[in-house]
Amino acid sequence: MSEVAPSDTPSATPPGTPPGTPPGTPPGTRRVEIDHHAINFGPQHPAAHGVLRLILEMDGEVVERADPHIGLLHRGTEKLIEHKTYIQAVPYFDRLDYVSPMCQEHAFALATERLLGIEVPERGKWIRTLFAEITRVLNHLLNVTTYALDVGAITPSLWGFEEREKLLEFHEAASGARLHANYFRPGGVSRDLPAGLTEKIAAWAETFPKFVDDLEDLLTGNRIWKQRTVDIGVIGAEDALAWGFSGPCLRASGVPWDLRRAQPYDMYGEVDFAVAVGRNGDCYDRYLVRMGEMRESVKIINQCLALMKPGPVKVQDRKFTPPTRAEMKHSMEALIHHFKLYTEGFHVPAGATYTVVEAPKGEFGVYLVADGTNRPYRCKIRATGFSFLQAIEVLARRHMLADTVAIIGSLDIVFGEIDR
Amino acid sequence: MSERMEGIAELERQVAALPGVHATTIEKGELVAHAAREGLVALMTTLRDDPRFLFAQAMDICGVDWPERSERFDVVYNLLSVALNQRLRVIITTDEVTPVPSMCGVWPSATWWEREAWDLFGIVFSGQPDLRRILTDYGFEGHPMRKDFPLTGHVEVRYDEERKSVVYEPVKLVQDFRNFDFISPWEGITTLPGDEKVHEGREEEGRGE
Repeated sequence: MSEVAPSDTPSATPPGTPPGTPPGTPPGTRRVEIDHHAINFGPQHPAAHGVLRLILEMDGEVVERADPHIGLLHRGTEKLIEHKTYIQAVPYFDRLDYVSPMCQEHAFALATERLLGIEVPERGKWIRTLFAEITRVLNHLLNVTTYALDVGAITPSLWGFEEREKLLEFHEAASGARLHANYFRPGGVSRDLPAGLTEKIAAWAETFPKFVDDLEDLLTGNRIWKQRTVDIGVIGAEDALAWGFSGPCLRASGVPWDLRRAQPYDMYGEVDFAVAVGRNGDCYDRYLVRMGEMRESVKIINQCLALMKPGPVKVQDRKFTPPTRAEMKHSMEALIHHFKLYTEGFHVPAGATYTVVEAPKGEFGVYLVADGTNRPYRCKIRATGFSFLQAIEVLARRHMLADTVAIIGSLDIVFGEIDR
Repeated sequence: MSERMEGIAELERQVAALPGVHATTIEKGELVAHAAREGLVALMTTLRDDPRFLFAQAMDICGVDWPERSERFDVVYNLLSVALNQRLRVIITTDEVTPVPSMCGVWPSATWWEREAWDLFGIVFSGQPDLRRILTDYGFEGHPMRKDFPLTGHVEVRYDEERKSVVYEPVKLVQDFRNFDFISPWEGITTLPGDEKVHEGREEEGRGE
């Protein structure tokens, strides 16, 4: 990239000047070619939130053009899923956006269920809604606090990770794993909640709003935080839509669009919650929307706990979900079902669906094409952060280098899902 | 729910009347439109701007490979109308060499999705100024999501301590990739082993008629 330096003595542009010469360049003026210097931001940079290689063309300390190079974490998830049965495909979804694993599984489970035409029992839906919201808090806690860390505030991350750990214990109690849960399966959830877990979650939900208040005390009115985020990376509602934004980033631009409200799935139609909407579409509003969403998530969690009734947690058709261990000890048929389910899996009738969930980061979609066999013919994963990162070109233009860090933090980017 | 389905049925009638749309169906409650490659930009611009549709967002653009077809690729556009709370799936077909009009002028977000479709499937987009690879390695050869591309790939990468550089080598597997055939022998086999001649005979008979 090169540019012609504008001269300081204005006059009319004479005919015959080369294209690109700014008007007012007198004839005979010395032309100086200035090379913009390019900076390699990443792939190993703590503020890149993973393996982002961002080529920044700088004019001094101002970003002229940002060109993200992605794919450094590409693991061929979509290709691998084509070679796995539907049940074997589920754990790959945990490893996409590893900050909000259960919400990704949710999209795949819903897509498979839609193709199979099966309906999950009520308790299964409540558990999914409950854990989708726990995952949302989990994601927002990580995003808000590490975003603050990027901008220079260390305390929020120290506090937030303690709170995150409590939530990961709930994940572990329910699924057996802290992060890679493999808990939401096509047909329900893998098993019922252990005894006493709902009481623990209720106790946590009691204390959590106080924690959000404390976190807000640290950041919302903080002068340095506001200086770093207010009016940085502004995107208007129309642009945000055109660039394919969704979730908190779209709502921060003033579009009250939430899939949980607009196209409710599982039990979201039954719970009462408000949609947090921003106004300015800057980094600060994106932060505020996430803080608001955490408060709303606690409300949903409380409603789930109150409205949940005992009952089956997965479809009782043994062609889709495994029998209980006890049943297998005495029933030959249960044993056969178990064996067939975990080797061959179930066959999904031919068809296609684009199923979406409101993941913590925004719209996470699965375009699933089935051809009647036991494996997906095509499983396209619509990664939320993909569109956000693409828009960094317009968000970071004419911003300082340090603002780029704030913008990346505010977009909530995780490379597991972008690179797939 | 039925009100929502009525809305989709109404939308289907309006989409079906647009020029360039071959066929529309409602599949599992989702509206699907099969469209022509030619005039796609005009169609998509109508879908974006017409107050009946207002599909302001292209949430996802992806390819699907059907190698047995003459035009082997589907290009699938999943559109979302935030204003009307509707979704629409537009599907067009193409082959390895025929370019598809780029949607980057309609939705700026299309650029990366099209780069991805080019990278993974080798679908060419005309009018796309930035058709670089996006997900695969620098200098990668081939289009990995095609059905004829092996799951294991062709090259593997390691760091060579002696040469002090990253080296690319052909894939060596200790154990062959096991691709289990789950089709039941009772349902799936059309020709029994050793019985191929009967099948050939049948085919010839068919040709004779």
